[in-house]
Amino acid sequence: MENKIISFPHMGDYCYFIKPFLENITNMEVRISPPITKKTIEIGSKYSPDSICLPFKYNLGNYIEALEDGASILFQFGGGCRYGNYAPLQKTILKDLGYNFELYEFIKNGKFSFKHIYETIRKINPELTKGKLLKEIITIFIKIMLFDRSEHYTRKKVAKDNDNFKKIKYKFINDLKDKTNIFKIVHTYFSYMRKYQKVRCKKPKLKIGIIGELFTSMEPFSTFNLEDELKNFDISIKRFTDVSYLLIYKNIFHKITKYRARKYIKYHLGADATENVYRTLKLKRKKYDGIIHTKPFGCTPEVGIMPILSRISNEENIPIMFLSFDTENESVGIKTRLEAFIDMLSMRKEKEIEKRNE
Amino acid sequence: MIIGIPRSLFYYKYGTLIKTFFNELGIDYVISNPSNKKILEDGKTLAPSESCMNLKLFLGHVKDLENKCNFLFIPRFESVNKGEKLCTNFYLLPDLVRNIFEEHIIDFNVNVNKGKTMKSAFIELGLYLGFSYNKTVNAYKKALETDKKVKNNLLLKQTNTLNNSNKKILIVGHSYNIYDEMIGKPIINTLEENNFSIIYADICDEKEKNDELSSSIYFTYNKELIRAINYYKEYVDGIIIISAFPCGPDSIVNDLIIRKTKDIPIINLIIDEVSSNTGILTRLESFMDIINKESAYGK
Repeated sequence: MENKIISFPHMGDYCYFIKPFLENITNMEVRISPPITKKTIEIGSKYSPDSICLPFKYNLGNYIEALEDGASILFQFGGGCRYGNYAPLQKTILKDLGYNFELYEFIKNGKFSFKHIYETIRKINPELTKGKLLKEIITIFIKIMLFDRSEHYTRKKVAKDNDNFKKIKYKFINDLKDKTNIFKIVHTYFSYMRKYQKVRCKKPKLKIGIIGELFTSMEPFSTFNLEDELKNFDISIKRFTDVSYLLIYKNIFHKITKYRARKYIKYHLGADATENVYRTLKLKRKKYDGIIHTKPFGCTPEVGIMPILSRISNEENIPIMFLSFDTENESVGIKTRLEAFIDMLSMRKEKEIEKRNE
Repeated sequence: MIIGIPRSLFYYKYGTLIKTFFNELGIDYVISNPSNKKILEDGKTLAPSESCMNLKLFLGHVKDLENKCNFLFIPRFESVNKGEKLCTNFYLLPDLVRNIFEEHIIDFNVNVNKGKTMKSAFIELGLYLGFSYNKTVNAYKKALETDKKVKNNLLLKQTNTLNNSNKKILIVGHSYNIYDEMIGKPIINTLEENNFSIIYADICDEKEKNDELSSSIYFTYNKELIRAINYYKEYVDGIIIISAFPCGPDSIVNDLIIRKTKDIPIINLIIDEVSSNTGILTRLESFMDIINKESAYGK
């Protein structure tokens, strides 16, 4: 059992928090898989079925690169929707390619269950106790929640120099990731929030909300750095989907969400679709200028709600742009569409201001 | 009062149940025409261009029912077995139709995971339509019996086919794909013209299903198909998988099936709304040739 190396697929910046978490509960070496590049997605899509959704291809590419890098135990964190069925197929594909490894699912049947995680990790590390696992889970939850809060703040603000926020962010992650004491974690969070607040900001030109499928929302590479692109136009961004939402807030507010969107929907629509309908209404209420809806090609619930969102867009008078991403998109095409959308929004805003002044 | 039932998606699975239920209660209903070019074209204009062919056909069928009925019957199925799920497109049918069409909708919700079984859904429907509790329960019981009878007959027929000497091909696919005029019918007709016997994977005795591959998959229909493959594998000469483009559950499960099923000829036919049938039929012909050759030389 010696010299086994653990690895897991990427999603946004969360790998930095998952690494110490896995290290602490398994007592083994954890190696972050090589960062996503064009090559990752090329390898991933080469061995994936054609019509499968984009996250599968990214994950598979990550796995192959990690296995080449020496990993022998892999983790799959996805659950629900199609994600929950990724693991069996990925396992088969990688086994067919001749790799020797073990693949463990963290989430079973779309539910985050403590018992399942405990039993899974016990297979790797028999010395693990329930108390230790509980403590580690609480620690990583708090870390991720605080990190997400800081991200919400920086997304909303437009700095005079865009790099300022990024520099602080990476320092923040470095300071936060290895802390185990909860008080120290909270203390780091507040000290860095103060640093964020000292960054000089300017008034945003427009306010745009990003809704849609979770992977394309959270992994910047898959959307050609959509958020950075928007920041270059001095746009304040609101994005709802992040890991703390998926793990905690979604379950708490699920029923309220459906009730608040009752004008348009009666039932839950699966995955994050109900939430996205509600978010559209909420962004309108909060006077946002426009909405960008991101999804991988063929994402079932998100494609299905497009007619509903279009109707809301017409009736509530808020522009929505639908972007779907696949492996072969060129960043130029997306950029052009984005520029046109932003131009349209700023013209709309000017007209509105003129009307108000008259 | 006339209720319109679209001949798509759930119809092929629960059609007998729904029709007998309405018959017993004495409600008039119309069923949309079998899929044709016009229905598909209508659906294409209504649905988002990325959505799957089945959803497009479904909206086309609903359009076909416009002005033919007072109410549309659009049920919602989230899960029919405990711990399993259906494709998310089944979740949003009522809400989608409500947002696109102005017709009145009668819906019901089946979600076994949350304690809403088929029976409770039908009873709710009956009460909503203004019938007494007893009458509704009786109608549901009658519908269930008829449904069982029909299924048993199909199973008996299939068992007879298994015993004949023709070459047999297992058709694997969702019921709403196999029996649809635009998707599965042309393929099955061609096979029958060439003297192949057809075994349908969606007709399978529940008791005889064994479970190896399917344990980790939670899409009900795909689970059933995998079990059926395990059961029929020994009796057939070839397997044809039919799916519509782009299908969420199928994209994962079909690849899994192909990778796990060895030592039997297998082909995956993906039908989309733009292609004419010629390409598919050419592939089918060469597949039939392979099967004929293989048995001529002996396996």
